[in-house]
Amino acid sequence: MKIKALTAIAALVAAPVAFAGGADDDKLVVNGEIEMVTKAKAPAHMENVDEVISGWHFRTDETQALQMDDFENQGMIFADQGLDAWNTVAGTEDKSCASCHGAPEDSMVGVRAVYPKWNDDAGEVRTMAMQINACRTENMGAEPLKYTSGAMANMEALIAMQSRGLPVNVAIDGPVAETWEKGKELYYTRTGQLELSCASCHEENYGNYIRADHLSQGQINGFPTYRLKNAKLNTVHARFKGCVRDTRAETFKPGGPEFIALELYVASRGNGLSVEGPSVRN
Amino acid sequence: MASGVKPRVKVPKKASAGEAITIKTLISHKMESGQRKDKSGNKIPRSIINRFTAEFNGQSVLDVTLEPAISTNPYFQFDATVPEAGDFKFTWYDDDGSVYEDSKSVAVS
Repeated sequence: MKIKALTAIAALVAAPVAFAGGADDDKLVVNGEIEMVTKAKAPAHMENVDEVISGWHFRTDETQALQMDDFENQGMIFADQGLDAWNTVAGTEDKSCASCHGAPEDSMVGVRAVYPKWNDDAGEVRTMAMQINACRTENMGAEPLKYTSGAMANMEALIAMQSRGLPVNVAIDGPVAETWEKGKELYYTRTGQLELSCASCHEENYGNYIRADHLSQGQINGFPTYRLKNAKLNTVHARFKGCVRDTRAETFKPGGPEFIALELYVASRGNGLSVEGPSVRN
Repeated sequence: MASGVKPRVKVPKKASAGEAITIKTLISHKMESGQRKDKSGNKIPRSIINRFTAEFNGQSVLDVTLEPAISTNPYFQFDATVPEAGDFKFTWYDDDGSVYEDSKSVAVS
C-alpha cells in the first residue's frame, strides 16, 4: 500500500518533467573525439542561475545527433565555403586571409572562445565579425562583409570550428566593463508590446515550452548555428534581432553598439561551456 | 552551373568481404523547385539535381530520381555489400547538364 502510494507520487512528480522538456542528460561528443562541456557551473557574475546549459540539451535526440557527426552537420557545408573564401584573394592588397594567417586550423585555435574582446589599437570592444571586417578593410583593402550575411556566417563558422571543445572565456573586466554593464542592462530590460526581456524567457523559463518549442538558456556558444527551419547558418546578431522582434519591438541594428554590448554580456554568461559552432538547432 | 555545388561522400576505408557498409553522401545544392517567384513576380526557373547514381567497380548499386520537392543539400545514406576491394563512383546530374562526380576506394581485409 505504502509502496503503491509512493509510486503514484513518483509518477505525479515525474510527469511534469517529461512534459516540460527541460535539459536532458545526454553527452555531446563530436565525431567520437571532441568532448564538449555542455553543462557547467554558472560564472560568478550570474546571480539567478546556478548551472549554465548548452542549447544542445534542449533539442530532440534526432537534432542532437546531427551535431555529433560532422558529415551530418550541415553547418559544415558552410564552413567549407568559408574555407574557400579564406583562400580567395580579395581587395587591392592582393591578399587572402591565408596570406597572413596561413591555415585556420593552426592560426585560429581559441579565437572564437574569447570574442567579443577589447581591441587596444581601435579602442573599442570588437566582436569576431567586426574583427573579420577590420581585417578585410584595413589589411586586404577589400569590401567589408555584410554583418549578418551568409559570407560572414561562413567565415565565422570556419573560425569557430577551430575552437570546438575549448571553453568559452570572455573577459568582463578592465576596458570592456562598461560595455558589459550596458549589455547586462539590455538583457534585463523589457521591450516591445509583449514586455519581455531576454531574462523573461531565457533565465526564468528555460526548459518550458514557448510556441511549441523548448526555451533554452539562450547561450551563444554554438553560433553560428545551422537551423533546420531555414536551412542556413544564423549569426548571433540575426538571432538577437529575431528575438527582439518576437517581443514586438523595433529591434536594434545588427552590428550596432547595443547588440555588441549584448553579445559580450550573453557570451560571458556561457563562460565555461565549450565552443560548439557551427552547431545544429531547430 | 549552379554556384557552390560541392559533393561530399563518407565511405569506410576498409571492410571485410561481403560486409554491408554504410555510405553517406551529400551534395550542396540550392534545389530551386521552380514553384517560387522572385520579388517582381517572375517564376524562378527550376534548378535541381535530378538524378543520383552510385556504382561499385562499374556495377550499378543505386540509381535515384530526384523530384523538385526534395529540399536543399540532398543527403543520401544507404548500405551496400562489398564483395571485393574496389572503387565506389558517385554521380550527380544537374538540370543544367552539369555532372558532378566523386569516388572512394574500399580495401577488403
